[in-house]
Amino acid sequence: MPISKFVGARIKRREDPALIRGLGQYVDDLKLPEMLHVAILRSPHGHAQIKSIDTAAARQHPGVVAVVTGAELRDQIGTIPTTADNPTLRIPKHYVLAIDKVCYVGEGVAAVVAEGRYTARDAIDLIQVEYDALPAVIDPEKALTPGSPVIHSEWPDNLAFHWEQTQGEVENAFKQADKVVRQKLVHQRLAPIAIETRGVVARYRSAGKELTVWSSTQIPHLLKTHLANMLRLPEEQVRVIAPDVGGAFGSKLNVYAEEALLAWMAMKLGRPVKWAEERSENIRATIHGRGQVGEVEAAVKKDGTILGLRYKVVADIGAYHQLFTPAIPPFTGLMLSGCYRIPAIAIEVRAAFTNKMSTDAYRGAGRPEATYVIERLMDRIGQELGIDAVKLRRKNFPQPKEFPFKTATGLAYDSGNYQRALDKALQLAGYDKLRREQKQLRRRGRYLGIGLSTYVEICAMGPGFWEYGKVEVGASGLVKVFSGASPHGQGQKTSFAQIVADQLGIELDDIEVIHGDTGIVAKGIGTFGSRATAVGGVAIYQAAEKVREKARDLASHLFEVDADDLVFSEGRFAVKGVPRKALTIQQIARQAHSAKTLPEGSEINLSADSTFEPANFTFPFGTHICLVEVEPATGNVEIKKYVAVDDCGKVINPLLVDGQLQGGVAQGLGQALYEEVVYDENGQILTGSLMDYALPRAANLPRLQLARTETPTPVNPLGVKGIGEAGTIGSTPAVVSAVVDALAPFGVTHIDMPLTPQKIWRLCREKKPAPAGRRQ
Amino acid sequence: MIPAAFDYIAPETLDAAVRALAAHGEDAKLLAGGQSLLPLLKLRLAQPKLLIDLSRISALTGIGRQDGKIVIGALTTHYQIESSELLKKQCPLLPQTARAIGDVQVRNRGTIGGSLGHADPAADWPAAILALRGELKVRGPNGERALSAEEFFLGPMTTAIEPTEILTEIHVPIASRRSAGAYQKIAQQASGFAIVGVAVSVKITAKGVCEEIGIGVTGLADKAFRAHAVEERLRGNKLVASLIEESAATVADGVDPLEDLHADSEFRAHLARVYAARAIRDAAKTAGRSR
Repeated sequence: MPISKFVGARIKRREDPALIRGLGQYVDDLKLPEMLHVAILRSPHGHAQIKSIDTAAARQHPGVVAVVTGAELRDQIGTIPTTADNPTLRIPKHYVLAIDKVCYVGEGVAAVVAEGRYTARDAIDLIQVEYDALPAVIDPEKALTPGSPVIHSEWPDNLAFHWEQTQGEVENAFKQADKVVRQKLVHQRLAPIAIETRGVVARYRSAGKELTVWSSTQIPHLLKTHLANMLRLPEEQVRVIAPDVGGAFGSKLNVYAEEALLAWMAMKLGRPVKWAEERSENIRATIHGRGQVGEVEAAVKKDGTILGLRYKVVADIGAYHQLFTPAIPPFTGLMLSGCYRIPAIAIEVRAAFTNKMSTDAYRGAGRPEATYVIERLMDRIGQELGIDAVKLRRKNFPQPKEFPFKTATGLAYDSGNYQRALDKALQLAGYDKLRREQKQLRRRGRYLGIGLSTYVEICAMGPGFWEYGKVEVGASGLVKVFSGASPHGQGQKTSFAQIVADQLGIELDDIEVIHGDTGIVAKGIGTFGSRATAVGGVAIYQAAEKVREKARDLASHLFEVDADDLVFSEGRFAVKGVPRKALTIQQIARQAHSAKTLPEGSEINLSADSTFEPANFTFPFGTHICLVEVEPATGNVEIKKYVAVDDCGKVINPLLVDGQLQGGVAQGLGQALYEEVVYDENGQILTGSLMDYALPRAANLPRLQLARTETPTPVNPLGVKGIGEAGTIGSTPAVVSAVVDALAPFGVTHIDMPLTPQKIWRLCREKKPAPAGRRQ
Repeated sequence: MIPAAFDYIAPETLDAAVRALAAHGEDAKLLAGGQSLLPLLKLRLAQPKLLIDLSRISALTGIGRQDGKIVIGALTTHYQIESSELLKKQCPLLPQTARAIGDVQVRNRGTIGGSLGHADPAADWPAAILALRGELKVRGPNGERALSAEEFFLGPMTTAIEPTEILTEIHVPIASRRSAGAYQKIAQQASGFAIVGVAVSVKITAKGVCEEIGIGVTGLADKAFRAHAVEERLRGNKLVASLIEESAATVADGVDPLEDLHADSEFRAHLARVYAARAIRDAAKTAGRSR
């Protein structure tokens, strides 16, 4: 990069002035002429046979235009797709509306199209469905036990897929072990709860054979392809637009029933249609995250050396696969080595169908699970061997010179210096002082806990998933940047502009970043897996580089000098030795647009595009330290201090990185302390609204102390790794570790999440504190 | 989150509201701050034919003194109570309770009368009004009547207000010398409602003896209640730590505690004992300081 005026600077989000003033344009803000409204009748049963559906009264309701059921759509719309290349994968037919049977509460059964949103909702209550309730299975381990209710009759064992992998001498490791440390771990189901729920508007113009679908999605280009398949249209006739999107956290990295259903309705009815998801639908019928129950065991030497590891996990799939459902549990498997040297690892995943909404990617998508497993395990090993948590981690870190570091799960970590992040975090937290304070307070019957998590994660999806970028300098000198990434809160309208501004030597105000419209951006994949900057940003960087070199050619033509005689500095191409003879790229663009003669083979447009597909993933890492105080009498947990040192390689905009960390840590501690989607044994959802599904609140968080180390990746020319999920990945085990540490005097070695006051109180009541904790 | 169709009126006077309610009876619902009613409407758990919006009746809003008592209009918002200088001086338990309600948005819209009339068994106000031995004025087609706080709450979402009556005012005593109040609450993380909340209003003698005490408990049972037995143990005695502990330990005796996803009955009863002790301790300490 020529000069770094903008990259690395703490620049405020250019997105915010409009969003803060309510000038954003979300799907539900769209009002098209003649637009109709859709409401969906959803299953009240976890598992039931549909005996009959009577839509007559709904059809006759004034203002109702159409009522559709699954049976009518069977031959009209293809099934909801899933992508995974696992030969054991079983894919049940997943229709946009249920046909004979419902398999989870919230599954769509019928849909009403009406002149108004209220009318559509009223008519839903007029549809009569006769169900024969069936026994449901909610617990994924039970689902895999003989005798369980069967969800899809073709697979009586409820097994959705099976995946295993062994590398290294695992059996041998356990034979040679001084000790085997085991722990059962539950990763509870979570609801992503983006502030903006999902929403779809679809319009079909039969004259131009043009289907336009506005969706609150992370992946407009992938969605376009899938919708074309489901509706049997050529891709070129489908345009998907993701307008402003109010958060997603993976929940909009998907192809949902409503997206295809509304597209079909728009084509069928010849009028635009809109559906805006209600929050209660969002909790029932938007994907959930996590949902794994596993048992880990480690073969260890007395000195803390880890010889090998086994992890057997049952993944709770839900009733059907969504787009990436089967990809998540193996991801957990691949990241099990954490940031440690473990020569032998065996993983077995068994995925179970259950009568619940599908699980899929939720912020971290498999890595929070892996990090939780390995970090909880490290704490347990420390407890069992009597080795301090910090010392044990240090001992097992690979050294910086060992990178690229190959794991026994088949990955090659690109770059890392785990020691440095740990040291910095310990110093910032005042770790030794905290330990002394903890000791003193315990004597007075107060329970401080210090939790540590040293994580590594995998980002920049990355190989196999390229991204596209285009940079265009217009006739007036304004620059348009087009990206196939589809940011929805990450702030790339700011960071991408920073990259281009430095490349072209221009000001941010002259750059507009455009994304989220397949009709404007030629191709793309989307924003997920912390990839937008590390893959999409690189494509833009490369495109900008091409534009700069094109400008050099034009400048050489305009100045009538050899291209080699030009120097680019401070935003200008100048003739060597004649600094007054200089033009900015914007001036060159203006002249090129009006030039009478151009060099042979050159284009008037000063524009270039590029795709980038990384050769490897990137592996950000860091250390999080959490200080809590636990009150045994009530089970209350107060977070008193939180230190995060994260290394995401080169940083484009520290403000955006801090923002990602703040939100990420909040979500991670939400899992540790508060959140859980709870179904009862019949499949009724007990946390069906935000009155019962407990999110973290601003007041639950202390001011975070955020710091960084910077270890660039060699995988891409920007040296950036990705930061969208690190906060969530690093924080959950740190918080759990802190609470468990606080309760050490009570003999507590592990508690399953969420660590609610009731659970903590009960544990403390059962186990009196050890003498060290007693009042002196 | 789309309610069923309903009619809407917003009368400007209390008389007009009373007439409208009398005309429509149980088909009508009164709308105060809407913090409980609107979610019920949106989830279609309530489908009234008519909403009578009370917000234009200015006589229902305000905080003042009358005949040696504090009078609070039923439509006064939680925030108005939280920030009232008069109440901070003359009945600090009310601002303290208001602060514990929901979040800023809820406190800006929600009203004391709306909350009391809704009678959620986990709401905060009932505990405070019971502890203060407040009085609730209601108006119906046959005129006005007053109910004691204890007469008022009958069960979950059920009060002694007749279907044709409107809650108009809440009366509480002005704090005297050596009296104080305290509200201690453990909030349910999602809803902000009390898993358990205990309000205490106490008056002590110069020697630290408990002269009068009121203890209101919310969240524990299917309605907020006064802990008479605990009060009995304390009244006439010096409020020393051991007596407070022993007395508070009986707060759940004879009560059938609620049970839900967030706290089972055993944990709720335990929390009630812990928070009762804390609230009594707090109130006694403050009263001791306010000579």
